[in-house]
Amino acid sequence: MQNRNQMKLEFDARSVNEGFARMAVAAFIAEENPTLDEISDIKTAVSEAVTNAIIHGYDDPEQKVAVICKIEGRNVEIVVEDKGKGIADVKTAMEPFYTTRPELERSGMGFAFMEAFMDEVQVISAPGEGTKVIMRKKIGA
Amino acid sequence: MENYYEREKGSLTVVMPREIDHHQANQLRVETDMLIEAYHVRHLVFDFSKTEFMDSSGIGVIIGRCKNLGYQGGEVSAKNLNDRIQKIFLVSGLQKIIKVEEN
Repeated sequence: MQNRNQMKLEFDARSVNEGFARMAVAAFIAEENPTLDEISDIKTAVSEAVTNAIIHGYDDPEQKVAVICKIEGRNVEIVVEDKGKGIADVKTAMEPFYTTRPELERSGMGFAFMEAFMDEVQVISAPGEGTKVIMRKKIGA
Repeated sequence: MENYYEREKGSLTVVMPREIDHHQANQLRVETDMLIEAYHVRHLVFDFSKTEFMDSSGIGVIIGRCKNLGYQGGEVSAKNLNDRIQKIFLVSGLQKIIKVEEN
């Protein structure tokens, strides 16, 4: 019998919630006995996606960011979703060192980190409609 | 969260916080820049001995300080990297940009 479990979080687009989101996901997947390295990889990827939603998705911190985490056996799927500005050119946005906010000293490494630390990253976005980042990783592989 | 600093002869060591994300990065940047300017720092050392988590926001802070100090002929290095921070340095290519002191 495969383990199945799912949770959804929704929180204000405030930077203080970046830590909360990655801790919550780490706690949720702990039941599946991931290695410390796997937990750190997932925490980093969640932090990147949530930070993007907060910095690039919205100007208003009262807007909401959603994080959905699904476990199916050894497969973890994490969806980070905002209903904000969206991305016109996803391919360019995902290039390493590309950033639209150099004044904030953003490194442009966000998507590169998600791709480095997860097995699969998919980005669905359209201007004015928000951004959905779907990330998958097999734990204990 | 308090960041700790030690200073001697134009050298500044920044003891990095336990977690470095976008939320923490701003304070870290402002405090470090203030000290660099006030004490004419030429050699900046990031000490990761207390750091358990860093995302790409931390990379932005480090690269930003490298650029600022580089213009003035200064240098930046890092020390006490645990396995996790080493991995972050490797993935971001940061170990090619700044000197990492052996533990």
